[in-house]
Amino acid sequence: MSKITVNDNVVEWNDGLTITELLKIMKYTFPMLIVKVNGELIRKDQYGTYLVPENSDVKVVHLMSGG
Amino acid sequence: MNVAEMKAKHILLKEFDFKVKELYRGYSDKTLYINLDDNTIKEKEVPQSMKEKFIGGKGYGLKMLWDATKPETKWDDPENEIVISPGPIAGITQYAGAGKSLVVAISPMTDIVIDSNVGGYFGPFLKFAGFDALELQGKAKNDVIIVIDGTKGKITIEEAPAEAMDSHILAEQLTEMYSDSDAPRDMKNISVISAGMAAEHTMIGMLNFSWYDIKRKNVRLKQAGRGGIGTILRNKKIKAVVVKAAGVTADPNHVADMEPIKERGARFAKEMKELDPHQCRMKQEGTAHLVNIMNDYNLLPTNNFQYGSHKDADNLHSRVWNSYFTQGMNDGCWIGCTMNCAKAVDNFELKSGPYKGDKVIVDGPEYETAAGVGSNMGIFDPETVIELNFYCDTYGIDTISFGTMTAFAMECFEKGLITTAHTGGMDLSFGNIESSLELIHQMARGEGFGKIVGLGVRGMKKYFAENFGADPKFMQDIGMENKGLEYSQYVSKESLAQQGGYAMTNKGPQHDEAWLIFMDMVNNHIPTFEDKAEALHYFPMFRTWFGLMGLCKLPWNDVEPENNAQTDEPAKVPEHVDNYITIYNAVTGQNIDKHEMIRQSERVYNYQRTFNIRRGYGLRKHDAQPYRAAGPVTVPEYESLAEQYDKQMKENIGIDPEGKTTEEKIAITRRYREDRYEQLLDAVYKRRGWTDNGVPTLAHMKDLGMDLPEVVEVLSKHQ
Ligand code: SF4
Repeated sequence: MSKITVNDNVVEWNDGLTITELLKIMKYTFPMLIVKVNGELIRKDQYGTYLVPENSDVKVVHLMSGG
Repeated sequence: MNVAEMKAKHILLKEFDFKVKELYRGYSDKTLYINLDDNTIKEKEVPQSMKEKFIGGKGYGLKMLWDATKPETKWDDPENEIVISPGPIAGITQYAGAGKSLVVAISPMTDIVIDSNVGGYFGPFLKFAGFDALELQGKAKNDVIIVIDGTKGKITIEEAPAEAMDSHILAEQLTEMYSDSDAPRDMKNISVISAGMAAEHTMIGMLNFSWYDIKRKNVRLKQAGRGGIGTILRNKKIKAVVVKAAGVTADPNHVADMEPIKERGARFAKEMKELDPHQCRMKQEGTAHLVNIMNDYNLLPTNNFQYGSHKDADNLHSRVWNSYFTQGMNDGCWIGCTMNCAKAVDNFELKSGPYKGDKVIVDGPEYETAAGVGSNMGIFDPETVIELNFYCDTYGIDTISFGTMTAFAMECFEKGLITTAHTGGMDLSFGNIESSLELIHQMARGEGFGKIVGLGVRGMKKYFAENFGADPKFMQDIGMENKGLEYSQYVSKESLAQQGGYAMTNKGPQHDEAWLIFMDMVNNHIPTFEDKAEALHYFPMFRTWFGLMGLCKLPWNDVEPENNAQTDEPAKVPEHVDNYITIYNAVTGQNIDKHEMIRQSERVYNYQRTFNIRRGYGLRKHDAQPYRAAGPVTVPEYESLAEQYDKQMKENIGIDPEGKTTEEKIAITRRYREDRYEQLLDAVYKRRGWTDNGVPTLAHMKDLGMDLPEVVEVLSKHQ
């Protein structure tokens, strides 16, 4: 299986995976996110077009909010 | 009866004239003391040492309550006080969220200090009348109202037999009664504190703080919800406290330097305008925007915190609330709040109770209410949530506790611990709308099973065991209370840090000290015990600071600057922290930095812990949590996430779940999680400068400059 890690969890990867799709797969619906792929910050306007490379280390940081 | 006729029935008990002192750099350095035993009214000077160490808001409240009570004072003893203090920043209108009051008292739920942070105009108006805090002590013989007139410099205590008791009517009557005219420009100068009928008959009474909404031409309410302060108000036979201001000027605090405050305020307002529509939509939906998000992350308490999501949760989705909330209004609970999150449902027609058929304004629901009286009680009908929200408010009870208590009673009913023979024939299954409404009306009437539920989860556990033979051990596991206070509405099972964020709090499990679930469970940012301990040090201390100042927490991180992602510590929102430091310095003329900010809080936080220890609490054993907060108690709970729990067992515990029964797996998981919680306590106590029994060390208090004689006397017995 081709894979990536997302917040240290192993997740299946497929060719053409965008950030938008990845967030959908992870059910990450919270609006205040910071996404980094292999340490590189991905801007919100790139979520639909940026292709996540195989084996990459993705961090989706949820800023706190709540309460 | 009209308000003039009601006023004619008042009996004047005491009149007191005072000179309204102007504020200087956020303070008047005077407080107001009222004792209803003998109708004493007096002004007190604030000593410089108190100002330096306790700052204001909750700090002042704690100090005054400590001095006024003995270690054995009970909530319903006359000497228990309700102290209301806004803090030095309260009353500015140039930055969002600067109108809060902090209320402290000895709680009927917990027997320790409760503190509650509340909006509405009362706190700023109290300051404009020249007082940094208000102490209410003693008990009246008959129902009284207290009127603080900051326009004339006059305070009265008046017997008031004729006014309504429920807040939505009472606040309106008193606003009209004490306003110079019925013109909105005058009505907006009145703010009222009140409770309601159910506050008298339950332990979960809360306080409504009012403000006049000019656009709606009606009175709105914000709540000091937690810990039963409304129950104390009614026990003192206070019907209401009214404050009247001469109006709001541009700089009533006479701050040291207005320019930086204006500049930061404008910057924040721009963020709200440009970013909020794409971030939390606070202006459209308030905190109710969180319901569907929590459901997506399995964090929305459902059926007494058994589960974290539900197939019908979409009925409580933020877009549903968006459609109920009137848009385009000024929904700030203090002037100048550009976050405007105090949303309301207008013209809501009530379907039950004494006001059936009336069309009313309902303030909320906020997230906590939607989850508390909605999903956690298995109710997914938005109109029932709105109706329960309304009745909790007007009857003067806390929506969070009402939700968690009723959910507990419902689970006891479904599991057969109690039956219709105990509930007076009521079917208390999860989701039963009719019974839920009946319960709340019973609480207001002080009768039936509603009165028993009104004891709170801790009270019910005792009552059910003693009178109905219910299993105490099982109830201990599923009863979502710690220190006697009901949990607020987040599922903490999968976040060890949040378990600490709840059960290690000073007042009981309210999320306002720390909300760490995403940081811990989703981001995996704080994997080690030391990391979690650091978060459980920093965030509770940082968030305590809002309560010293008279600030609202929401503008801190419910909208975030565009470049926040690029900062070194985005979770802290450094630019907003810098706004707060700048504003504090500009108001007071001092020059603190972000480290001194935390020290200010640490002094008060550790004093509060010491206060609890003085009262026989505040030790490690009091930070224990019910197991439902940490993991699956029952077979269906485990099996609802079996794959996840089995995987954790294999990878984290090192035990193969293969061939084990669910009961065996529950026991293994429990041992592991309970042990981890103990390790967390060790790490956090160490980080906070406490002994392994959770007691602040004398050395730490000395270092903080809080080695006051009364503090040393309490702590030295526990070193
Ligand atoms: S952010 Fe909301 S709760 Fe806070 S002060 Fe503004 S309107 Fe009130």
